[in-house]
Amino acid sequence: MLKILKYSFYDLMRSRWSYVYFIFYLLLGFVLLFLNNDVNKAVITLMNIIIVLTPLIGTIFGVMYYYNSKEFTELLLAQPINRKKIFMGQYVGISFSLTLSLVLGLGIPFVLYGLLKSTAIFNFTLLLVVGSFLNFIFVALSYNIALSTENKIKGFGYAILMWLFLAVIYDGIFLISLVMFDEYPLDKFSLIATMFNPIDLSRILILLKLDISALLGYTGAVFRKFFGTNFGMLISMSILILWVLFPIFRMNHKLKRKDF
Amino acid sequence: MIQFKNLHKRFGKLTVLDGLDLDIKEGGIFAILGPNGSGKTTLIKCLLGMVIPNKGDILFEGKSVLKKWEYRNNLNYLPQIANFPPNLSVIELVNMVKNLRPKSSNEQELIQLFGLKSFLNKKLGNLSGGTKQKVNLVLTFMFDSDLIILDEPTTGLDPISLIHLKELIQKEKEKGKTILITTHIMSFVNEVANEIVFLLDGKIYFKGSIDALKKQTNNNNLEHAIANLISKQYA
Repeated sequence: MLKILKYSFYDLMRSRWSYVYFIFYLLLGFVLLFLNNDVNKAVITLMNIIIVLTPLIGTIFGVMYYYNSKEFTELLLAQPINRKKIFMGQYVGISFSLTLSLVLGLGIPFVLYGLLKSTAIFNFTLLLVVGSFLNFIFVALSYNIALSTENKIKGFGYAILMWLFLAVIYDGIFLISLVMFDEYPLDKFSLIATMFNPIDLSRILILLKLDISALLGYTGAVFRKFFGTNFGMLISMSILILWVLFPIFRMNHKLKRKDF
Repeated sequence: MIQFKNLHKRFGKLTVLDGLDLDIKEGGIFAILGPNGSGKTTLIKCLLGMVIPNKGDILFEGKSVLKKWEYRNNLNYLPQIANFPPNLSVIELVNMVKNLRPKSSNEQELIQLFGLKSFLNKKLGNLSGGTKQKVNLVLTFMFDSDLIILDEPTTGLDPISLIHLKELIQKEKEKGKTILITTHIMSFVNEVANEIVFLLDGKIYFKGSIDALKKQTNNNNLEHAIANLISKQYA
């Protein structure tokens, strides 16, 4: 697996898009720091961007890589390697290279700005950890879609729809249901509904760490009680890990009976 | 050396292999022929473990290959379409495949033979179709394995490379290897193949030497003999 990972990573690290992505984050980091002059505020703005953008890029990269390397994957499948290892290697290769673009792209401007001496270091690290999780989650989800869909255009469409659903539509439905069932106690419901969407989960996780949960009202207090504690942090991190593991598990299951 | 036993494969409603039985002895060149969509590639992919049969078994050197992967160390496969990671150079790709197989290889000789020396440091994305096919051939022939499977090996090759390819195939045959070829180019079959396996409707329709085929179809020209077999499907 490590050999496949190495070459997938190597291949991606030389692709123009990895650099575009890296430079985008680099510029974003610098611009935000100079416009905000405040690391804490920059972290909030960044969160809003990362939470939507990393899933989108992860999704697109995942599907694109799968379909573009299809013939090459076939060549690998004819080599004496377990097929599970081929796909796991590719998956980790993509996720890792995207995560590297994210961490280096944002890390460099922040370190130059003096993050290491600032108090925001914990929040910033959390942001990067959550961003990396989102990369791993969405590449895995998009790989799942690509594996189940022979047609490239359809696969691409489904993947984008998946992103759109989790990033936008889910929140819409969530909000509407909150308004509709206004009269019922909804804190448990919203807590659980948050768990079923990795984007929401990440957003709440960061918001509550940023001490602005007072803005969220009563539900905010419930969330705060849950996520603010170490226990809540542990639970939400475990759920993010589950969000990585579950698609990987399904991927391996699908691979067992897939024809190439 | 290879036994296909009662092999069934369906893709949705389409039955591609329908209880196929085939026994391939060690040594010699076998051409797998058949009309488009007759299941040639599926048959090969079943052997490679890329397509998983619905029913039946495949034995390679006496052992079942289903759900295994180690046996692939003793076979070389040339895929139909040569498409490689565009950002790797030729030499990196060769080294990568070498890295994946714990076996000695003679890639230098083949690179020389196909005149790929000046392309070694070029990125694969920038190569022409024919050059990619040559790289594909180098990757296939550089290992010493008992079984060599070639899926449409002549695609995109210039005449000189084609001659080299034929020599290469003959050389491997003289070493006592088993070579499976699928192709639609009958002159190529006529020149290199010892035995023909003709697939039709997911079964073996004919298996035997070229002469036997000519005799059976009362046709002296291989191309017409094959066309004769195919036309029975349309009748």
